[in-house]
Amino acid sequence: MELTTTPNIPAPDSFYAELIRCHEGLSDDESAAFNARLILLLANHIGDPEVLSEAMRKASLD
Amino acid sequence: MPLDDRYRLAFRLYPYARSADQDAAAPVRHPVVVVGGGPIGIATALDLGLQGIPVVVLDDHEGIGQGSRAICFAKRSLEIADRYGCAGPMLDKGVVWNLGKVFYQDRKIYDFNLLPEEGHRFPAFINLQQPYFEKFLVERVREAQADGAPIEIRGKNRVEAVEVRDDHTILTVATPEGDYTILADWLIACDGAGSPLRSMMGLDFEGRVFKDSFLIADIRMLSESFPTERWFWFEPSHKAGASTLLHKQPDDVWRVDFQIGWDVDRAEELKEENVRRRLDAMLGPEVDYELVWSSIYTFQCRRMKAFRHGRVIFAGDAAHQVSPFGARGANSGMQDADNLGWKLGMVIRGEAPDRLLDSYHEERAHGADENILNSTRATDFITPKSKISHVFRNAVLELAERYEFARPLVNSGRLSVPCSYDGLSLTGEDALPGGPARSRPGTPCPDAPLGNGFLLKGLGGGFTILTVDAEAPETVTEDGVTATRRAVSAADDPSGALALRYLGEAEGAVYLIRPDQHVVARWSGYDESALRAALRRACGKE
Repeated sequence: MELTTTPNIPAPDSFYAELIRCHEGLSDDESAAFNARLILLLANHIGDPEVLSEAMRKASLD
Repeated sequence: MPLDDRYRLAFRLYPYARSADQDAAAPVRHPVVVVGGGPIGIATALDLGLQGIPVVVLDDHEGIGQGSRAICFAKRSLEIADRYGCAGPMLDKGVVWNLGKVFYQDRKIYDFNLLPEEGHRFPAFINLQQPYFEKFLVERVREAQADGAPIEIRGKNRVEAVEVRDDHTILTVATPEGDYTILADWLIACDGAGSPLRSMMGLDFEGRVFKDSFLIADIRMLSESFPTERWFWFEPSHKAGASTLLHKQPDDVWRVDFQIGWDVDRAEELKEENVRRRLDAMLGPEVDYELVWSSIYTFQCRRMKAFRHGRVIFAGDAAHQVSPFGARGANSGMQDADNLGWKLGMVIRGEAPDRLLDSYHEERAHGADENILNSTRATDFITPKSKISHVFRNAVLELAERYEFARPLVNSGRLSVPCSYDGLSLTGEDALPGGPARSRPGTPCPDAPLGNGFLLKGLGGGFTILTVDAEAPETVTEDGVTATRRAVSAADDPSGALALRYLGEAEGAVYLIRPDQHVVARWSGYDESALRAALRRACGKE
């Protein structure tokens, strides 16, 4: 499987609003921890090691 | 308080003239008084006047205020204006654009082309300075008056006090020649975001304040031109604003919006040398331009709890206010006028019960909530409220430069589309299996080519039974309300758009359509009792 980099989220604005809402009231450390948990959950859902490596590479803007 | 102008006029279209009401022995009673001669007040007056209902518009100025203000008019507003007979000059004057560019820091991260869908009389939106939009509406009023429409616009007439009774209101009106009193069976408040009527009645207007200010500068280019595109900068390296928008208007004028923060000295920022300092930083020192107009705005997203208070009805910014991102202010106000006009007309003529007007609040408050939601999301993206929100926003921009997936997350304003009245009181059944979602009950009818013209032209005003390759009687009258058939065929549109938008997988369809061009209900064939029930429902009789 290849990492999907074309639009794949059906309602981008409501997804984004929900994501930002999750951080309301959190300190910077709490936000970072939330993000870490979120990434781990999504990574487990994806599973495919090649896709995960590719995502990590792209996230570092190499 | 003296009747001094609060703003300069772009067009002095209705100078003060003494009205017979000011010399009447007893206060004159009018069926409808509209307070506020802005676009929504004039559109409301046009809607009612074209139905033959006498309407008086009171405005505290003698014409249209200066300043481009709302510059983006969406397809639906043009369709509504077309029903009133004044979309032509708007379309002729307006600028149509499709190309947008998004910048982050010092570089363009992507561009987009809003390829318009074929088969519509009007583009998705036009850019047009608000004073022109208003002028074309007032010119249409003059034309309608000449044809006998009972509309009267009274300049320099300011409502000083309102007394609300069960079946009318009593208005004290100030003029340059002193105060007078009139009565109104129905009072329509279109007096803007700061609505004096709302304050006089002590009504709420709650919502969210955004702690940011934007400096608008309208400039006319002298040395060179920019393309007809929309350019949006996030955190531009020229530092002239935390975000900056460049947008084309008619007359070679460009709108520039700088996001300048919350704690600003307005008078200082508005000095020409300071406005020019920002513009020069953005455009470069060699670009020569004339400053046409500038202003600083802050905004809130809020709405009244109830748009209707007995015989007093609020519309436009007086009822709801949104951030400017997404052009949902004037555009949603036009939909208010469109929604209110036919309902008030029917109630005044005794064709529908008073409670039909409750659906005005139900439908338009729903629209306001949708607009507030969308414009709040855009605002939160453009001006992130927390550190983490800012981190995510910039991550989206960085990824958008490289990967297509992040581009739909970039939100510098989602352009105004009208809401659907799905599941609300007046909306009826969807009994068209395989029918397209975009013309389901509750939605405004999508336009489509029809012969040499377009479907929407001539649709509305009254109730319509639209048959697409289906049979139905020429008229159906239910409890004094007549729906008139309009028969079309998929064959009338060789492009196939009509079939795609109204039939989907169905062979034929029967639609009941409201005077404001929204779909009430639809069926795969004519069913008399179902159509009569839907017609009753759409008139607030069920």
